[in-house]
Amino acid sequence: MRGTLTIARLTWLEARRRKIALAAVICGLVFLAVFATTAFFAHRSVVQGVVDVVGQRVMFRMLFQVGLYVVNFLVVACAILLSVDTLSGEMSSGVIQTLASKPIDRSAIVLGKWLTYWLMTGAYLTLMAGGVMLCVWAAAGFVAPHVPSALLLMWLGATAMLGVTILGGTQLTTIANGIVAFAFYGIAFIGGWVEQIATVVRNDAVRYIGTTISLVSPADAMYRRAAHELQPSAALDVQLTPFTPLAVPTVAMIVWTLAFVVVTLLLAIRTFRHRPL
Amino acid sequence: MAESAIDTVGLRKEFERNVAVADLSLSVGRGEVFGFLGPNGAGKTTSLKLLIGLVEPTAGSGTVLGAPLGERDVRARIGFLPEHFRFHDCLTASELLDLHGRLLGVRAPVLALRRTALLARVGLEEAANRPLRTYSKGMLQRVGLAQALLGNPDLVFLDEPTSGLDPLGRVLVREIIEELRANGTTVFLNSHLLGEVEATCDRVAFVKRGRIVHELVLAEMQSGLDVEIRVADADAALVEGLSEFGSDAKLEGGLVRLRVAHERGLPAIARWLASRNADLYELKCRRKTLEEWFIEVMGEDQGPG
Repeated sequence: MRGTLTIARLTWLEARRRKIALAAVICGLVFLAVFATTAFFAHRSVVQGVVDVVGQRVMFRMLFQVGLYVVNFLVVACAILLSVDTLSGEMSSGVIQTLASKPIDRSAIVLGKWLTYWLMTGAYLTLMAGGVMLCVWAAAGFVAPHVPSALLLMWLGATAMLGVTILGGTQLTTIANGIVAFAFYGIAFIGGWVEQIATVVRNDAVRYIGTTISLVSPADAMYRRAAHELQPSAALDVQLTPFTPLAVPTVAMIVWTLAFVVVTLLLAIRTFRHRPL
Repeated sequence: MAESAIDTVGLRKEFERNVAVADLSLSVGRGEVFGFLGPNGAGKTTSLKLLIGLVEPTAGSGTVLGAPLGERDVRARIGFLPEHFRFHDCLTASELLDLHGRLLGVRAPVLALRRTALLARVGLEEAANRPLRTYSKGMLQRVGLAQALLGNPDLVFLDEPTSGLDPLGRVLVREIIEELRANGTTVFLNSHLLGEVEATCDRVAFVKRGRIVHELVLAEMQSGLDVEIRVADADAALVEGLSEFGSDAKLEGGLVRLRVAHERGLPAIARWLASRNADLYELKCRRKTLEEWFIEVMGEDQGPG
């Protein structure tokens, strides 16, 4: 535990000193500023009577979903980019050697880094999603239901990608790891759309393919479940926007994703323990 | 020899089809300053990593400070300065030592004292609060040395500890090694700088293509002398007579060459030649340097690494 917390502290110090955390926060604030500006003009169009009440609801829920969709992508990208170089970079430079020669289990190095990036990802998600929700509330008085569970699901999706990237970092170079991690997320994204399309065309074979892809890479499935949780029940019936999830991942998929996170982390520890440094 | 600090038998490491270490069978006594020599690519750094547990052996076994290779707890008693001395350069020297002290499990009050003392010892007390990215190569090496000594180790592995240092820095490292020797700490020194090794080590091993090909006790090397004698009409009888004073006596191009154990043997040779009324033109002696040993042991087939 001592080793894990020491490495976690080191990882946080590095993220702070290298201005990684600051860059993420600034970019996040820029996004929120753009989003808030959009929400402001949408609000003005309502005040000016350009759109009716139904149009107003559709517009703000769509804006909300689009905002969260982008937030989800940024948080997943943050989880990947934060961790992509952390093990492979330190192995290639030799920095890891003095750490690994200390009386700590190598799992402490993996867990310490994972813990810091996991918390940073959670904080980033809270900041960004909280900002989007605040903007929509301020502009339209709209408050989404099930916010805590939805945020936890989005965090779980990002955590799955964090696990994949940490695992990749134990074996791959930084660039190869980044390519693999984003490709893995791309697969998850495609899997989600395959499931959506399968639901529309009511084709079970296609749906199985989509579900299988989501099982392999479950990050996007967690976003779709989160988006479903955030929909008011009335909106679920009318499928308001292209971002409204049609194929809603089940609780079993959530359990699978939790297991996926645990397995990737255990595999990362196992691989790193035997890795020549 | 006292109880061993390092003992290995048939240690081997293969990376896919590459054999980095073929057969490392080695014993280093406690308190010994041991030099590990070899050309580039001979497997020195991989051997060192095997001993520290950074790399798992493909075959063979060994102990370090009495514990099997790679055992976690024993690493608290080991110090290690890696070859390229890369550290987290966003930290200051003080923070780096705090980090490594915590990983070593050193209690905070003790750590504060050791950190201050070591930074002063390596001449970095004034730069202690500067980020390592602003350090020169030599400063990084010195902070790395402080890091290696932080746990008050029983065994220290130094991989090329003077490669980035100026002459004053090298003197500092030499002094620190002497202090470690005086404290009974075992030092495993991996270096290309044979002069440094000659000045500091008790014993050296030459490693070639992943296996130890020769070991040498430096005290014995320094006591032996190569003697070259030029006399008129040197013949086999003269050589046979001179062989009483040393070993490997031979006649080459009119010169008699032999090896004597100590320079005290030289006057006796001169007296013996005078008693035979030999016309002595030249009698000179020289010690074989470690570099000459290195070249001889590695052989002519060994090109530059």
